[in-house]
Amino acid sequence: MSSIDTSGDSGGHKKGPGVKKAKKMSTKVDMTPMVDLGFLLITFFIFTTTMSQPTAMNLYMPKDVDKPEEQNKVKESGAFTLMLGKEDVVYFYEGMDPAAPGNFRSASFKTIRDEIIRKKQSTNPEDLVVIIKPSIDATYKNTVDILDEMTINEIKRYAMVDISDVEYQLVKITEAAAGIK
Amino acid sequence: MPSVKIKKHAPDNDMTPFVDVAFLILSFFMLATKFKPEEPVEVTTPNSVSSTALPEKDAFMVSIDKDGRVFISLDNESSKQALIQSMNQTRGLGLGATEIRNFVKSPSVGVPFTQLKSLLSLDPEAENYEAALKAQAGIPCADSTGGELTLWVREALVAYSGKKLNLLIKSDNNTKYPSFKNVLNAFKQNDQNKFLLVTSPEDAPPGTALFATRQNQVDGNK
Repeated sequence: MSSIDTSGDSGGHKKGPGVKKAKKMSTKVDMTPMVDLGFLLITFFIFTTTMSQPTAMNLYMPKDVDKPEEQNKVKESGAFTLMLGKEDVVYFYEGMDPAAPGNFRSASFKTIRDEIIRKKQSTNPEDLVVIIKPSIDATYKNTVDILDEMTINEIKRYAMVDISDVEYQLVKITEAAAGIK
Repeated sequence: MPSVKIKKHAPDNDMTPFVDVAFLILSFFMLATKFKPEEPVEVTTPNSVSSTALPEKDAFMVSIDKDGRVFISLDNESSKQALIQSMNQTRGLGLGATEIRNFVKSPSVGVPFTQLKSLLSLDPEAENYEAALKAQAGIPCADSTGGELTLWVREALVAYSGKKLNLLIKSDNNTKYPSFKNVLNAFKQNDQNKFLLVTSPEDAPPGTALFATRQNQVDGNK
């Protein structure tokens, strides 16, 4: 394919009658089938293998505690609650009262980092506890992303708990006001 | 005037460098990659900055697809054998030797107990086998007791008794949180609270606390 035999035109150099010269054999090997095979194997390996090794992310869930006195207490000044809603929106409030005016706000996954950093800097590190409350509309990706934010911002204490009714209603109202269906 | 003769050149290009490159790429792919594990459903995992390698031994993996169907898979065949045999006895599944062998060979299973026998009695060579694997209903775990997944986890803990069992949860980006919560709940019923979430690697974003820490570690090693 790549080397076309053109010896018919230039060959046939004869010195004289009866002089037979041994025909020079070309030492070139046609590499084309080898290339074909090489690329066939490459394609095969590209399609059947995975490049990146999956990593494992640790998740430690708390044990269910029945008695309220055994539960961990969170200081009001250090509590930072994140709620995951529909359409990758994060809602958050500080302290214990989500209904306090101006306390309940929303952010995206891009802007939530700034809020976490701000809270981390303005709070005594001993007291800071981030409470993650995914709502039933949140996706698994949201959950992993927000847990990842904890690692990224080196938040030492965080917990993942269920969302309360009051909070879920607030999320619903905010979503309705923002036009998120 | 003599006519200028253009010397005829053979359209001959040397393929050797081409072969070199081809085989270089080939050897790269052979060494740097790993075969995709068999899975009945496709699960695209989210990214995380975590750098822990996924343990390959003593792993009990629960996969959740985007519709919330739950599948289980175990890493080694002897544990699978032990698991299905005790499950067969305690739950009265009525599996025969062929079905048990099929369970041990299949990469993952995701059907309720009632459908387990019919799924495992399928011949892997049969035409509709692939379709049947894709159509699995998922292991029920939607109630507060964790459903049948709780029982699978319990039996798996017994099958791996004496070893530290790694509980892996692999879930799709678009899985809804309640499906994931149900799986956590099934583990919690068995007093299992430490999990490993399967994720794809990602770099720490520049300018963050983790980025600074990792940078310091790198500088410290130099």
